Amino acid sequence: MRRPAGRNAPLDAAGWHTGPVPRFLSAKPDARLIPLPWGTPLAEWPVEHLVALPRGISRHVVRFIKVGDQVYGAKEVVEHVAIHEYRLLHDLRRLGTPSVEPVAVVSGRVDADGVPLDPVLITRHLDFALPYRSLFSPGVRHDTVMRLLDAMVVLLARLHLLGFMWGDVSLSNILFRRDADTFAAYLVDAETGELHDQLTDGQRSHDLEIARVNIFGDFCDLEAGGLLDESLDPLSLVETIESRYHELWDELTGLEEFSDSELYRIESRVRRLNALGFDVAELDIQTSPDGRTISIQPKVVDAGHHSRRLMRLTGLDTEENQARRLLNDLDTFRARMQLQDADESVVAHQWLTECFEPVISAIPPELSGKRDPAQIYHEVLDYRWYMSQREDREAPLVKATKGYVRDVLNTLPDEAMSRDVLVTVDGGDHRLINPYDPSLGFVDDLEGDEGPVHDPWEEAAEGIDAGQAEVLDVDALRRRG
Amino acid sequence: MATVSYKDATRIYPGADHAAVDKLNLEIGDGEFMVLVGPSGCGKSTSLRMLAGLEEVNSGSVWIGDQDVTGLAPKDRDVAMVFQNYALYPHMTVADNMGFALKMKGVAKDERESRVLEAAKLLGLEDLLTRKPKNLSGGQRQRVAMGRAIVRDPQVFLMDEPLSNLDARLRVQTRTQIAALQTRLGVTTVYVTHDQVEAMTMGDRVAVMKDGKLQQVDRPLALYDSPKNLFVAGFIGSPAMNLLPARVVDGGVELGDLVLPVPRETTERATGADVVLGVRPENFELSPTGEGLTMTVNAVEETGADSYLYGSLTGVPHDQQVVARVTTRTPPSRGERVLLHIDPAKVHVFDKTTTERIS
Ligand SMILES: Nc1ncnc2c1ncn2[C@@H]1O[C@H](COP(=O)(O)OP(=O)(O)OP(=O)(O)O)[C@@H](O)[C@H]1O
Ligand SMILES: Nc1ncnc2c1ncn2[C@@H]1O[C@H](COP(=O)(O)OP(=O)(O)OP(=O)(O)O)[C@@H](O)[C@H]1O
Ligand SMILES: [Mg+2]
Ligand SMILES: [Mg+2]
Repeated sequence: MRRPAGRNAPLDAAGWHTGPVPRFLSAKPDARLIPLPWGTPLAEWPVEHLVALPRGISRHVVRFIKVGDQVYGAKEVVEHVAIHEYRLLHDLRRLGTPSVEPVAVVSGRVDADGVPLDPVLITRHLDFALPYRSLFSPGVRHDTVMRLLDAMVVLLARLHLLGFMWGDVSLSNILFRRDADTFAAYLVDAETGELHDQLTDGQRSHDLEIARVNIFGDFCDLEAGGLLDESLDPLSLVETIESRYHELWDELTGLEEFSDSELYRIESRVRRLNALGFDVAELDIQTSPDGRTISIQPKVVDAGHHSRRLMRLTGLDTEENQARRLLNDLDTFRARMQLQDADESVVAHQWLTECFEPVISAIPPELSGKRDPAQIYHEVLDYRWYMSQREDREAPLVKATKGYVRDVLNTLPDEAMSRDVLVTVDGGDHRLINPYDPSLGFVDDLEGDEGPVHDPWEEAAEGIDAGQAEVLDVDALRRRG
Repeated sequence: MATVSYKDATRIYPGADHAAVDKLNLEIGDGEFMVLVGPSGCGKSTSLRMLAGLEEVNSGSVWIGDQDVTGLAPKDRDVAMVFQNYALYPHMTVADNMGFALKMKGVAKDERESRVLEAAKLLGLEDLLTRKPKNLSGGQRQRVAMGRAIVRDPQVFLMDEPLSNLDARLRVQTRTQIAALQTRLGVTTVYVTHDQVEAMTMGDRVAVMKDGKLQQVDRPLALYDSPKNLFVAGFIGSPAMNLLPARVVDGGVELGDLVLPVPRETTERATGADVVLGVRPENFELSPTGEGLTMTVNAVEETGADSYLYGSLTGVPHDQQVVARVTTRTPPSRGERVLLHIDPAKVHVFDKTTTERIS
């Protein structure tokens, strides 16, 4: 690999860099990443390697980098954090949690003068993720908001069930994807996370408190930027999150007692959990000594009830509610074709080739970046329902697909990677100061921020020498006594 | 304002065969800056988390003031974790970035504004209050984050490795500022770090832990001058104290080709003949008399008026690298031999078997 030669970096006879070269820690390396300009701080990378996709605010330098048709998220961060986050993201994915996929940690970077640079953590860009900074904007529907909040709550409860304490729940650290009529939330920033066998109530309530404060702050920030619908109140939004979290947690883990004449309640509990998208792997059922009182408590619940079933039957990897919708369609198909007695997987295969695949292959390739396939299928089913209502007879799937493409899909923005650097607010457009970094805010936010300020602390800090970090100044200690 | 006490506080993680924190007894004074320090896995974070309410206490108790908080939920303890997350919101002013959590708690606007102003004065951020965070320096951002915790006005601040993600310069800057600020605020603070330099420069007192057990708690200088055992002796100080194997003989302790006069009441406390001598690098000097320990110099590092000599001592096993800090206008060069003198009064003597200090 040939790297730009640094001013002070030694070159060997062939002109190769003999100084330190970056190391890649990676399970699934993408060789196209290797020749990127790792010797340059991420903030100064030439734009030819970057894409300005909307994203959340961040403390670290974060950029989306593009190699071929693949986009990656890149975060410059100190080594122990980069490795910790890389490993945690691996663990989370292994446990089936919705989170971004870690790709590599690039370490051992040095700049042209031989000065070390922080490593870069690389994650695969989550396609079809919706930028939250526009999700709550003026005009948003109330039930959309509730569904977004529910998606967050489900994510947090799932993480807590696994023993994961996030430590930094915030809107910026969550990505949303469409999931039929609802949303699915993904974890994007695991930096502060910790995986335990089981969380204590204290750890859960601490995480929830962090969520409250951060998300309240996020909403206040959206409000201050004119990005929050007027009808929404940050405080009641976070209170909703908290109360829904408690409701969900109780349903998932709570103890339920009833008399021996109400045994059906065991079945109803399992059904309620299934309806929430959870499978019950272990249910603890106890009977009082006199046999009159039954108590039940779910011990192990796994998210993904419907998506696992759909995956098993068809190999399709979808969100939970998309799976629910597709499975319903599969059931309808079975009834319509009078296949009640046929093997489930045979029917599923038939459904896949006769229903799902024809719809997806009828989508013009240039429109495929607007919605993921399962979402398209879901929306086509919706479209067909309205069409059938209108025409008072069941519309064929092929015809509905054509109509959907023409009337709906055509008009939608690209969501695989939306590229709006302009944020539309109150009819006006606000331009980001830096299209690659929303953490800096809008250009017009800067008004009134000119001119120097007096900051005594900054002045006092001027003479500081980084070398002091390592040496214990005993003489200073003696002076202090 | 409040004291903090750990009373036999013990934490055993499920499935673990030994305690992560073993019968911790620690009294932290009102307004004191207490640093918990020790190598990775020593139990310092667990100790802090027991106080925060994030880890269960299996036996013993934790107190804030005269309240037993062992069973309280984190949010009912009136403690604030500082620096966990300091995302700054781009569309909000510095003042709102500091005060927004008070708004969530329902604190009235006037009260909010006055607390923010007060914190900003303390933090030197007064002139920045109406600005957006965009142009803030790294240090200023850190201070806004501190401000967030300060306006909450908790009984105790908790900090777990708050500086570990910062670069070296910002680390030095921030540690000085946190310490100064804590002194002015006078809020009881418990601070966890693995970095002994950080611990020694910041803490009013420092608690050194190892394997879940408290080794010693004292003022930084006292830890430095009279470490209680070999672990503390080797852990505190940078460069570290030289720990040299020696033997008790008539008239003192034999080190290499030298017998150091050590008082009999010290040597009598040793359980056997083997002891360890601890010598801080600055307690060596180039021998003015032509007598002393012979050092073969492997490397020299000059810092201002002083030079650090690295090398081996004749009669002391060669894998034992020794560091001496000497004052001289003409430092020796590599490979040279020099004679080092040690002031017997400044030597620390440890029992090799018990590892306890006996001098
Ligand atoms: N793989 C990815 N796919 C999609 N978006 C991503 C990805 N990685 C990062 N992002 C976006 O970049 C933003 C910043 O990334 P990240 O949260 O990891 O940075 P950070 O500096 O650690 O943030 P924080 O200040 O919360 O600690 C996220 O909010 C998210 O919007
Ligand atoms: N959640 C946990 N489950 C089981 N064991 C744990 C857990 N957390 C910590 N431990 C163990 O308890 C001991 C003390 O850990 P603790 O994190 O308190 O130490 P520490 O001194 O803060 O270390 P570090 O600097 O690495 O964070 C270690 O042996 C550690 O492996
Ligand atoms: Mg983040
Ligand atoms: Mg982060």
